[in-house]
Amino acid sequence: MSAGNGTAETVLAVDDLAVHFGGLAALNNVSFDVREGEVASLIGPNGAGKTTAFNVITGFQPPTTGTIRYKGQSLNGLRPNQIAEFGVVRTFQKTSVFASNSVFDNILIGLHRQGASKTWEILLSLPRVRKEELWLREKAAEILDFVGLSARANELGGALPYGEQRLLEVAIALAADPSLLLLDEPVSGMNPAETASFMDMVGKIRARGITILLVEHDMRMVMEVSDRVVVLNQGQIIAEGTPDEIQQDAEVIRAYLGHGARRA
Amino acid sequence: MNRWLTWAWVAFLLTLPLWMEDQYFLHILITSGIFTIAAMSLNLLLGYTGQLSLGHVAFFGIGAYTSALVSLGFDLELTDTYTFVFAPRPVWVAFVAGIVVAGMSGWLIGKISFKVRGAYFVIVTISFAEVVRLVALNWVDLTEGPMALNNIPPFTLAVPGVWELAFFHKLPNYYLVLAVAIVSYVTVRRLVHSRIGRAMIALRENEPLAASAGVDVTRYLVLAAIVSAAMAGAAGGLYTHYIRIVDPDVFLFIYTVTMVIMVITGGKGTLAGPIVGGLIFGILPEVLREFASPEVQWIIYGVFMIMIVFFLPNGIVPALSAWWNDRFGATPSAGGPGTGLPDLEAATRTAGEAT
Ligand SMILES: Nc1ncnc2c1ncn2[C@@H]1O[C@H](COP(=O)(O)OP(=O)(O)OP(=O)(O)O)[C@@H](O)[C@H]1O
Ligand SMILES: [Mg+2]
Repeated sequence: MSAGNGTAETVLAVDDLAVHFGGLAALNNVSFDVREGEVASLIGPNGAGKTTAFNVITGFQPPTTGTIRYKGQSLNGLRPNQIAEFGVVRTFQKTSVFASNSVFDNILIGLHRQGASKTWEILLSLPRVRKEELWLREKAAEILDFVGLSARANELGGALPYGEQRLLEVAIALAADPSLLLLDEPVSGMNPAETASFMDMVGKIRARGITILLVEHDMRMVMEVSDRVVVLNQGQIIAEGTPDEIQQDAEVIRAYLGHGARRA
Repeated sequence: MNRWLTWAWVAFLLTLPLWMEDQYFLHILITSGIFTIAAMSLNLLLGYTGQLSLGHVAFFGIGAYTSALVSLGFDLELTDTYTFVFAPRPVWVAFVAGIVVAGMSGWLIGKISFKVRGAYFVIVTISFAEVVRLVALNWVDLTEGPMALNNIPPFTLAVPGVWELAFFHKLPNYYLVLAVAIVSYVTVRRLVHSRIGRAMIALRENEPLAASAGVDVTRYLVLAAIVSAAMAGAAGGLYTHYIRIVDPDVFLFIYTVTMVIMVITGGKGTLAGPIVGGLIFGILPEVLREFASPEVQWIIYGVFMIMIVFFLPNGIVPALSAWWNDRFGATPSAGGPGTGLPDLEAATRTAGEAT
């Protein structure tokens, strides 16, 4: 496809995707790739189909037609938890945490995939089960530290201020050990300071070797953190390229960025 | 503190028959204990996965009937010429068979409920219990129907050829029920304090988020249903060999309701909740019986329950522990880094109060 770090391998391949809700084509003829280690962004006006694309990729919504492959493996027909097993993990546009559990337990739940204790081992309370539990708790503490929520460990997920709940969501997703992380409007509702530090965090996540697919309306952030941008409008891709290319694309400006579009 | 309380409680129950000689009261404790085990099993589903099983008595009854039939033996006329004869087996074997068959029916319900949650799960479980009751009532060849299975043998302990004790008396039954209750408690405790329990709680709290983090939600729902049903089946087995008669009335809806009341008033999603609820609603009716006619009993029972639900919406145990924490300023034990095992119970408890 288009420019970017052309050498990296394609990890996610979305091919000819369509999703119809009755008469409405939320997505039509959508094909794009995400490459290993990059930050790719999916942008577009409200109702363009960005969240729908996430839902299909992560198994929450069956596509009408089209295929999704991750590292060569077809994700079509798999359930969300099976897709997570491949390392594809998402966050939700509408804030979603385990509201009545402590922040620490939120992360422990997210770490589920990294534990291996079997039911019978747990029932017998074998030493290795206890060891694993301690190890998981250490990991949880590390992740909380990474997103800067250590001080909140004992508070309830639902009691956090909005911006921190968004961080907690990302932390839960990170706990699930993703190789591809899909973020659906992670900074919506954050104040400018929180947004700025979240942008740093995107860099740190990426430095851990995690590929990122980002949906975001904050154009300053998109243009700054992305290697490549895919633009959706009314369910169809209208442009794809580097942030620079996208900001000069006449159709994108007309459909979405408008006159006020800023350069990164 | 918690540990101390647990051990003190166990010691109290262990020594109770030594000074408590009233056989009738011991009987009440045995039946309350059996119901408490059933309530603990229901709590695993209702309190931790958040799925209300309103047919829970089916698992209890299946355990009771299976254990009774295996210990009594039975004949089934399969065709005109062939009769299947099942010879009586030792009571312990029967008891285990009851647990296994109940667990298998839990697996079945879990599988059927693959995609149904909430109200639909309730309907599936109610229907299941009704079907099983009708089978017990109408398959007279096997179950004797309304005539009931009689002369069910009691549990026995034996050193072959040397010594044998059949559990005709209350005392050994009391200790047996206590032992099974402790095993059930430890089972639930270990499960809910592990990654499995967290997966169940995740299913209850936010299923899409759990799934997207890689929790195989269905699998843990099925697992909870199996363990829960097996435990209810164990309670049914204890009941059947203690009372020594079982009829289709074990499947009555009122027993499920009783279990639900025990769990909810005690505190669903807490380890001690079903025990507190089980003992209160096991003993209360018997105590009331001395003072009040059956109708008045039911009214008192009902008023008491409404008051608990009204004033302590999360149940007695969460209210007590909140009071204790307020009063004695215990630090919240939601479990920060390095505090040992996670205390999900505390977390969910505080959750209830915050909302
Ligand atoms: N489950 C559904 N049933 C019917 N229509 C749906 C469903 N989900 C999404 N849609 C419709 O599909 C279209 C695309 O929605 P989607 O949520 O993917 O947009 P989006 O790009 O994420 O928008 P936003 O920026 O507002 O989040 C919208 O018109 C929406 O109303
Ligand atoms: Mg959206």
